[in-house]
Amino acid sequence: MELRGHRVPMAFSLLVWFALWEVVGRLELVSLLPPFTEVLAAFPEVVSSSTFAEAAWITLQAFLIGMALSLVIGIGVGILMGASRAIGSLMGMWVNIFESSPLTAVVPALMALLGFGLPTMIVTVFLFSVWVIALDTQVGVERVSSSLLEMGRSFGASKRVLYSQIVLRAALPELLAGIRLGLIRGLKGVVIGQLLIAVLGVGYLFELYSRNFLMPQFWALLIILFAFAFIASETVAHFERKVSFYASSR
Amino acid sequence: MTDGAGIASESGGGVAAADGPEPAVRVVDLTKEFPGGVRALGGVTFDVPKGELVSIIGPSGCGKTTTLKIIAGLIEATSGRVEVDGAPVTTPGPDRAFVFQDFALMPWATVLRNAAFGLELRGVPRREREDAARAYVDKVGLSGFEDAYPHQLSGGMRQRVGLARALAVDADILLMDEPFASVDEQIRRKFQEDLLELLSGEGKTVIFVTHSIEEAVYVSDQIVILTRGPSRVSNVIRPGVDRSGGSDGIRRSQAYLDWVEQIWHELQGYLDQ
Repeated sequence: MELRGHRVPMAFSLLVWFALWEVVGRLELVSLLPPFTEVLAAFPEVVSSSTFAEAAWITLQAFLIGMALSLVIGIGVGILMGASRAIGSLMGMWVNIFESSPLTAVVPALMALLGFGLPTMIVTVFLFSVWVIALDTQVGVERVSSSLLEMGRSFGASKRVLYSQIVLRAALPELLAGIRLGLIRGLKGVVIGQLLIAVLGVGYLFELYSRNFLMPQFWALLIILFAFAFIASETVAHFERKVSFYASSR
Repeated sequence: MTDGAGIASESGGGVAAADGPEPAVRVVDLTKEFPGGVRALGGVTFDVPKGELVSIIGPSGCGKTTTLKIIAGLIEATSGRVEVDGAPVTTPGPDRAFVFQDFALMPWATVLRNAAFGLELRGVPRREREDAARAYVDKVGLSGFEDAYPHQLSGGMRQRVGLARALAVDADILLMDEPFASVDEQIRRKFQEDLLELLSGEGKTVIFVTHSIEEAVYVSDQIVILTRGPSRVSNVIRPGVDRSGGSDGIRRSQAYLDWVEQIWHELQGYLDQ
């Protein structure tokens, strides 16, 4: 960001927004929006509560297990779809439908099927994140230049080596973009799932805080989630930037 | 440059293929039909004598690259066969190394790793393959760039890496698919000279696809002219240009100019089709 020719750090923009928030909060226009300083003050209380530790732990578990499944299955299916035109067109339509469908509607059915516990959350994370990973992997694999494949074959690479050393590596820019989007969707999935279940994890905490009008706590929890999502996606984006130089020169 | 001595002795520049020892590569009646019924090759036959540089030339879309890739074992022929040292081949093998038109370098790997990649795929230990690759990186004139990445190099330098990779695996046969097509003209000339120098004394058999008549006459012991649709061999020429006068001598020699002219006339006939 630049202001009158001076570079202004990103943090400055945050400060401006927080200041604005503080002012609006102090005007007491909406009861949902306490002043920012009150939200800040609620942080220690939220973070140190035992319910938070419990909620964070179960949320993290659901998120990590669901994401692991998504990565393995999404990347696997994406490779198959990219490598074989037949599989690509056979599954492409379905993957696209699921990618763009409001999967939130499926969660209640999952609850009926899998109960109100971890399995439902894991499946929700998986269902939210797997499609975009598969689609981006497919695009990445399709974009691997045919001469790079021929190069591998001409020097005697086996199918396994060809895929692990050349195809996956060359598809990395798209693959990482898919993983980054998948992470964000998975995080949405875990929160939405818990909100619907309403007796578990951060979803339960959100319910608890909003039902009791504990708005500072509510916002503090939201900011923690935002920060987590931001850090997770920035971590992947960091690796994306590292490989972006060859996205154009494959 | 003295590697032309062997050819110069076969004076006359006859049209027939050389008869002599067993050819390194024998291409017999190759046909290729692509899905959809496009006939690319309609019975291509020629021999490649051991230790010689044979170029394949013809109008664009005449199946030069298809022929080369069938020899490499990268595409399957519909019928016909390719023999290397008398044995039929249908898959890639360690006896052949390929140089790609678009270089086919791994953008995430350094020059050294790219040059060593053929050996890496063959399971050669790291130390050994890097030593071999370093020697060839040096030979193609890229010493000092071992740790650079392909995107930091010019097109000509990238193709030198491709050449180093092909030379490092020490295959008897080098298959080059329009290796200088993506390289600009001044660099291409220098590259042609360097190629001849690199190959001299290596005893390699080279099959070289090009669309440049000058390039073909300059580098080749033998030129196979393909016609279009579906492709057949229309003529095999042994230019026998005297190479004792260095690169300038060659490009000014009457034999060189005459052959360029004759091949141009021959190809012209197909351009109108």
